[in-house]
Amino acid sequence: MAEISVVLPSVLQPLAGGQSYLTAPADGTVTVGWLLDSVTGDYPVLARRLRDETGALRRYVNIYVNGDEVRRLQGLDTEVAAGQEVLIIQSVAGG
Amino acid sequence: MGCMATPESYVLAIGTKKGLWLATSQDRKQWSFTGPHFLMSEIPSIGIDTRDGRTRIMVGVRSEHWGPTVAHSDDLGATWTEPEQGAIKFPDGTDAAVERIWQIYPDADSRPGVVWAGAEPISVWKSTDGGEHFELNRGLWDHPHRSEWGAGYGGAAAHSIVVNTSGDNVHVAMSTGGVYRSLDGGSSWEPRNKGISAYFMPDPNPEFGQCVHKIAADAAVEGRLYAQNHHGVYRSDDNAENWESIAEGLPADFGFVMLTHPRRAGTAWVIPLKADGERIPPEGKLAVHRTDDAGGTWKRLDAGLPQSEYNAVLRDAAAVDSAEPAGVYFGTRGGSVYASADEGESFDEVASHLPDVLCVRAAVVADAKVAATVSV
Repeated sequence: MAEISVVLPSVLQPLAGGQSYLTAPADGTVTVGWLLDSVTGDYPVLARRLRDETGALRRYVNIYVNGDEVRRLQGLDTEVAAGQEVLIIQSVAGG
Repeated sequence: MGCMATPESYVLAIGTKKGLWLATSQDRKQWSFTGPHFLMSEIPSIGIDTRDGRTRIMVGVRSEHWGPTVAHSDDLGATWTEPEQGAIKFPDGTDAAVERIWQIYPDADSRPGVVWAGAEPISVWKSTDGGEHFELNRGLWDHPHRSEWGAGYGGAAAHSIVVNTSGDNVHVAMSTGGVYRSLDGGSSWEPRNKGISAYFMPDPNPEFGQCVHKIAADAAVEGRLYAQNHHGVYRSDDNAENWESIAEGLPADFGFVMLTHPRRAGTAWVIPLKADGERIPPEGKLAVHRTDDAGGTWKRLDAGLPQSEYNAVLRDAAAVDSAEPAGVYFGTRGGSVYASADEGESFDEVASHLPDVLCVRAAVVADAKVAATVSV
């Protein structure tokens, strides 16, 4: 089965057992929200770093699909297909 | 890296805008530090729980990027544990998410394992497993006043929790909603702000809506409470039914801190700031003020404090320990931390140039071991 990879920033990799990316099997297209559910299923602390308990993406967490940040697309409903690359990058924020 | 072990030690925990520092001491003069723990996350709340024969340090952690969480350590910060599913999270159906944990309050010795928490958005939580999992207090969450509560400058939060000896009476203070009281252990809540001015509102004497900054209970007089408000220092002798001003004798009635003695009736400490519009120590001279007669008179305490200081002290950036005489500790937004081993009569600067100090807690512990790794 085809897979979709989610690339993690280094600061989050310890929460995924040290992996730099996580994969989910996907035939056809899935939503980014489904993809996050899938790849963080075994890593609940990682899941909470990305989204709050309502499921909303945290304000300074950005997810890019083919170079576009999902807030400029359809948010967590943005569709992604096998072979595409999904990047999680924290915003430049804080002081 | 050396380790120390003594029969009795003191632990000081300093939560800052960019991490946590921990220190131990045998004499409350010389301190050995570790840190920063949780670098680049703010630590707005700390609870040191010395019940159950162990020292558990619980911290509210908040990253700008990765959100809030609660972690705990049973080995003075050598290792930290974060419950996989999260210690505090709003249940389904509330459509709310925790923004920041403002308060972690270990309950009485007679109720080991019970820990309360206050959070933003305004909410109170209770754990019965030593702070590993908390349950939302539905009585306060579903309170009909909720839509009328406002947000203080720092956010809309329940920041003070006080539980009486029996556990029936629980007082919560929130910004901005004022003081709320439960007489049934937290099931139902009513505002109790009579006598506290809300000068910034059209009606300066509303039932609720006061901007209380901190409340604390008298150590020995049941039903006596103290409150530092957004202008106004108050005492209640009737379980918060009525409040009266005890600000006379203070250089200013603004500030954030309210501490009470661990055992002695009538003793409390405040750290005044000049005013809402001038949030600095009066005349730039930092001082703690202590009353030993429940607010009748105040004594200025500044021995060992700097001649000039323009940083504020935040509501939870001050604490007492349970020793005799009691220790008093506080930190400034300028990153200095001061400790007194004699109830405020004299202070030593025990840390300096840290990030903004948000929370300070101290405790007496048995057999503390900490790796001395850093100088601050």
